Amino acid sequence: MSTAEAKIAEEVGHDEHHEHHGNFFTNYIFSTDHKVIAKQFLITGIFWAMIGGALSVIFRMQLGFPESSLSWLKPILGQWITAEGKLDPEFYLALVTMHGTIMVFFVLTAGLSGTFSNFLIPLQIGARDMASGFMNMLSYWFFFASSVIMFISLFIETGPASGGWVIYPPLSALPQAMNGSGLGMSMWLVAMALFIVSTLLGGINYITTVINLRTKGLSFSKLPLTIWAFFLTAVIGLLSFPVLFSAALLLIMDRNFGTSFFLSDIYINGEALPNQGGSPVLFQHLFWFLGHPEVYIVLLPALGITSEVISTNARKPIFGYMAMVGSMIVIGFLSFIVWAHHMFVTGMNPFLGSVFTLLTLIIAVPSAIKVFNYITTLWGANIKLTPAMLFSIGLVSFFISGGLTGIFLGNSPVDIQLHDTYFVVAHFHLVMGSASFFGMLAGVYHWFPKMFGRMMNAKLGYIHFWLTFTGVYLVFFPLHYIGIAGFPRRYYSFTNFNAFNDFADLNMFVSVAAIITFVAQFIFVFNFFYSIWKGKLAPANPWGSNTLEWTTPRFPGHGNWPGEIPTVYRWPYDYSKPGAKEDFIPQHIPYSETPESNTPEENEKIKLESGNGDIEIKA
Amino acid sequence: MAESFKIVENPEKPLSMHPKKFALWLFLVTIVMIFASLTSAYLVKKGDGNWRTVDLPSLFWVTSGIIVVSSAVLHIAYRAAKKDLIENVKWGLLITLVLGIAFTVGQFYSWGQLIDNNIYLVGGNPSESFVYLLSGFHLLHVVGGLIFGIVVTVNAFKYKVHSKSTTQIEMFATYWHFVGALWIYLFVFLMLNHQ
Ligand code: HEM
Ligand SMILES: [Cu+2]
Repeated sequence: MSTAEAKIAEEVGHDEHHEHHGNFFTNYIFSTDHKVIAKQFLITGIFWAMIGGALSVIFRMQLGFPESSLSWLKPILGQWITAEGKLDPEFYLALVTMHGTIMVFFVLTAGLSGTFSNFLIPLQIGARDMASGFMNMLSYWFFFASSVIMFISLFIETGPASGGWVIYPPLSALPQAMNGSGLGMSMWLVAMALFIVSTLLGGINYITTVINLRTKGLSFSKLPLTIWAFFLTAVIGLLSFPVLFSAALLLIMDRNFGTSFFLSDIYINGEALPNQGGSPVLFQHLFWFLGHPEVYIVLLPALGITSEVISTNARKPIFGYMAMVGSMIVIGFLSFIVWAHHMFVTGMNPFLGSVFTLLTLIIAVPSAIKVFNYITTLWGANIKLTPAMLFSIGLVSFFISGGLTGIFLGNSPVDIQLHDTYFVVAHFHLVMGSASFFGMLAGVYHWFPKMFGRMMNAKLGYIHFWLTFTGVYLVFFPLHYIGIAGFPRRYYSFTNFNAFNDFADLNMFVSVAAIITFVAQFIFVFNFFYSIWKGKLAPANPWGSNTLEWTTPRFPGHGNWPGEIPTVYRWPYDYSKPGAKEDFIPQHIPYSETPESNTPEENEKIKLESGNGDIEIKA
Repeated sequence: MAESFKIVENPEKPLSMHPKKFALWLFLVTIVMIFASLTSAYLVKKGDGNWRTVDLPSLFWVTSGIIVVSSAVLHIAYRAAKKDLIENVKWGLLITLVLGIAFTVGQFYSWGQLIDNNIYLVGGNPSESFVYLLSGFHLLHVVGGLIFGIVVTVNAFKYKVHSKSTTQIEMFATYWHFVGALWIYLFVFLMLNHQ
């Protein structure tokens, strides 16, 4: 046996040796370091955001200026612009489908969780790296493979998937139904299968790491809210993405093997298909069982980031820490039992509809608690309006305005009117799209100094914020009216309906605002890449923040802390504590060093601290 | 990159499980969710009407027996590894693998029985496709387990599985008991809901 042990020791030694002398490939491409993987996710996410945004600008041009010629886009879009200079109607559907898919999954799921869970979990819980660096690397490369397939599908002759990001059968199940249901749909399914694998690999890692690798003293009750959010997001993902996998599996069976899970009584050009006995509504159940939790998978990390940024820049403890954690848990739980509010018009039993209405409206309670806590934290605070803070406040604003319309939609009688109109589009773009996007931007502005050791330009950040913030409202607020007026989603053109003519100007206005907002994002892209190389070198703790990541060197190496990992003694929100010398006390400062600001209970804890023999008491 | 420091082990972690074993449990959760959703889909579809009763293949009883026995044998092998009875570990693992392969073959024969009854994966009612889908997708997990089992067995023959190195066989056992239990669940589920 001892030879076996010797052999094992040798193996381990070999591994370490290997890691320390990494070359360009192992350091930057196939890296197992969580910080590098986070940056890979971020940059891929930014790439996708530009693509997704560009697609939306194209279809907004069609909606805002339906009569104008788009032939100048021919060099890019080729055959998708018809001879008359019009956008191909089927390609319009492909555009909205790919826009939704890209934004929801590739930008706001992978780009957001992938970046910040990877970057912040080890740094904020005081770990050398993720539980499994290898799995983490695989997670990125599965995402990359998925991205490549999805990207290629944009360029194939029959076009990418076109049945909406929710890919409802029978449209998506029958290759002969439309161009986009052919090869493009197959590639969509393959890409999403890889994507699910990536998400699950990442999620398993995040959960394992948060539970097992916290540094000494870091109990769950001292965890920064970011980590709570990432943790709960990963749990939700672990429970819901497999269900999307099932849905995709059954759909693939129907598409490629001829089963009839979702198909029945279908006639194409007067000819009956052989498929009998299936139910397309079944797919909707499976899809929305993922789909609704997915919206929180997208939003919760952004809320976590916001909690951290708001507390830091308000220089105040977050109001209601336990309430924040509790409401995230309640939201996570409820998110699994409300899915049918997306299906009120599928002919469900009205009694069932009212059950789902009730459950849906309950979600408003924890959501309101969170909003209340953000506002209370900001109330009377000495606010530092950094770009990250502005984006976080912007998030809170969108969460309120978009959440309110959720309450409208949650009521089945109202939703039956509004379902599949632009009102729904307005709702989820504010509450999910824009809010999560702002959370992501806040995170980038806030943690850029830790990611790249340099500062982003704040002036450009302000310009970027104000253009984007006003832009988002100018785009999405009018959509409520357009929706109430009855405009259905995913229509190529409304020029044939006289009733809609009054709104042509409004649609034009929205499109102009959308284009300006999109162009404003290039300010960010420039600022981001410029600052990576040319930004001012960042101070150790630029925002005066309490969490552990700011105790690492400016350019943390592999393993994050050159010496021992700091021990945690207090919660992360000791901002402006009465009596304290400075307006923040980082988590790794023991109570014995802050006698001036300790409460009597905290003075009690000093004995425990010294009991560990870890710190000396300074007289 | 920084090479000047040593990685120091964390002292006293707040709660600690072996990260790999923990990750395996999380992986099992994802499989549970897949089958939970598939069987829920089955029930929803059945509740929807237009349902055809499927006579389940009698061989399912045999394969169920095989997988239960294989789990028991694997448990014996695992206990043997803890006591350093290496020969028993080897035999136990080999028998588990053989039984696993027998299960796989048995499932194919079960599908043969279905076909003899004119029940096909394709072309019939979803109730019929579901039987293939559930057993087939489960079988995929069994095959994954067999590959894992082969790795463990090879290691056992290299004397790498013993009382001081039980992680691998323990993880294999966890997984194997899981797919066994999963099959029993699916079989009982189908028996209760096939008509
Ligand atoms: C007070 C809380 C909320 C309520 C009551 C609510 C309710 C609803 C309802 C009933 C619908 C279905 C509308 C329809 O299709 O007819 C809907 C759609 C949607 N909601 Fe919410 N929602 C809430 C918050 C959120 C949040 C926080 C997010 C995301 C972070 C979100 C994202 C979405 C999305 C993406 C859709 C549309 C999906 C689609 O059809 O493409 N909602 N919401
Ligand atoms: Cu929902």
